[in-house]
Amino acid sequence: MSESFTKGMARNIYYGGSVFFFLIFLALTFHTVKEMPKRDHRENITEAVERGKMLWEVNNCIGCHTLIGEGAYFAPELGNVYIRRGGEAGFKPFFNGWMKAQPLNIPGRRRMPNFHLNDQELDDLAEFLKWTSELDTNNWPPNIEG
Amino acid sequence: MNTLKYQSQAVAKPYFIFAMILFVGQILFGLLMGMQYVVGDIVGDLIPFNVARMVHTNLLIIWILFGFMGSAYYLVPDEAETELYSPKLAIALFWIFVVASVATILGYLLVPYSRLAEITYNELWPTMGREFLEMPTITKIGIVVVVLGFLFNLGMTILKGRKTAINMVLMTGLIGLAVFFLFSFYNPVNLALDKLFWWFVVHLWVEGVWELIMGAILAYVLIKVTGVDREVIEKWLYVIIAMALISGILGTGHHFYWLMTPEYWQWVGSIFSALEPLPFFAMVLYAFNMVNRRRREHPNKAATLWALGTAVMSFLGAGVWGFLHTLSFVNYYTHGSQITAAHGHMAFYGAYAMIVMTIMSYAMPKLRGIGEANCNKAQVVEMWGFWLMTVAMVFITLFLTGAGILQVWLQRLPESGEALSFMATQDQLAIFYWLREIAGVFFLLGLICYISSFFVTEKKTA
Repeated sequence: MSESFTKGMARNIYYGGSVFFFLIFLALTFHTVKEMPKRDHRENITEAVERGKMLWEVNNCIGCHTLIGEGAYFAPELGNVYIRRGGEAGFKPFFNGWMKAQPLNIPGRRRMPNFHLNDQELDDLAEFLKWTSELDTNNWPPNIEG
Repeated sequence: MNTLKYQSQAVAKPYFIFAMILFVGQILFGLLMGMQYVVGDIVGDLIPFNVARMVHTNLLIIWILFGFMGSAYYLVPDEAETELYSPKLAIALFWIFVVASVATILGYLLVPYSRLAEITYNELWPTMGREFLEMPTITKIGIVVVVLGFLFNLGMTILKGRKTAINMVLMTGLIGLAVFFLFSFYNPVNLALDKLFWWFVVHLWVEGVWELIMGAILAYVLIKVTGVDREVIEKWLYVIIAMALISGILGTGHHFYWLMTPEYWQWVGSIFSALEPLPFFAMVLYAFNMVNRRRREHPNKAATLWALGTAVMSFLGAGVWGFLHTLSFVNYYTHGSQITAAHGHMAFYGAYAMIVMTIMSYAMPKLRGIGEANCNKAQVVEMWGFWLMTVAMVFITLFLTGAGILQVWLQRLPESGEALSFMATQDQLAIFYWLREIAGVFFLLGLICYISSFFVTEKKTA
């Protein structure tokens, strides 16, 4: 680097640049948070959805699955599983049966544990996945397979 | 033989040793998960995949934190030209952190996760069950306590000593680490907000303040092994971290494309994260430049190799592999695929695992009273470890990238109805996963080689 470009100049670019862009980042984040209610339909967060999220967390579902593309890449995407597996008409019966059938015991297949959830808990978790499937994700995923 | 300039630097040693123990654990669980990818029931229900993954990623985070702390305890007194404020505090915090880490990992392994949540009263302040932040709330509080004590100790040391650019940048990075970790305590019921602010920990750590820590450690080691003038090295350091933050802060936008967020993030995220490879490229130029302009032949060849290696591998892993899927129209198809896994592996190894091993390579001979460098034989074994691990990681990344491209082709690009399901796609990727596992075994061999280099001594000819 040229001698006329001093350490002091480099330091000023570092301080000035980071503070400037951090402030822009904060402003955009503030705007995003204000815009979010239009896209997350928070008015539909019922107590069941709330309990469902807690069940999602304390059973570490994210340790195998992705939810809107984030998580582990070992098991299917669940952000749109409500739509993929029957939607309004068919999802809850499917989900209840699926969870109770685990582990499937197919030799060599990846194993999903049985989390021993009761019907009420399975319904709460299903409500959470239903609410999640209605989020506006800017059209992600590209197709139903997630 | 006493080879430390300041005796209190010695507290770094247990931090480094414990980091390496956790590193071995991380790799063993990685190999288990690699097997579960292809033979799903290999250990039955003994260790479910989600548990193995939590152990794998949390061990990584914890050992890197131990590594950063060891690095700071070693270099801050040397830079400040004074003894550490309180070596006793550093050792006490070491044991607290060890107990908290071991208890947490055992908790993951010994009881079902939901039971762990109950035992630790997660319902009082729910923070568990989010990727990388799976540790119980009480462990998170423990981490905050340890980090605050650590920052206090370093801060007091710097206050009474010389304030070099390296120390100031390192402190800024570590304070940022502490501040952004606080977002892990924010877990709103609304998943949209939860996900948005989760990135304030994850992205602003690894693509933000951790880069300051990495830059400071690399600058310190380069000054030591090349003898190049501090003014020159510190100028480069400022330029690199300026580029890192200017690109990386708004680069957070590349995580906001599909998160109930306005569309402008697709522009902001794409443009700024496309600049994120630049600081890493500058780091490669700088590391090679400084080594070429060296004013001394440092006997520790291995440390120089690590310093060059971390610059190159972080450029490839974080820079090139990050850029591959960062543009929003690409990310639409690759988001949450094996491409992400490929990038994550090489970036973490290249930037953070390797920077810790860089300073360890430089500091351990001094901490162990051996002198400026290990004997030639030990260095050769260490360099074997370097090459085996690094080449293995290149192959792991290439195989996961192959898996990711095929996954996108089969599962993401076709229309609904024609696309293969997730599980059917995974069956098609098996060959890549097997090859990745073989590369993983080579990585373990490299790690064994690296660890064994600490025990190699040259026979004294009488």
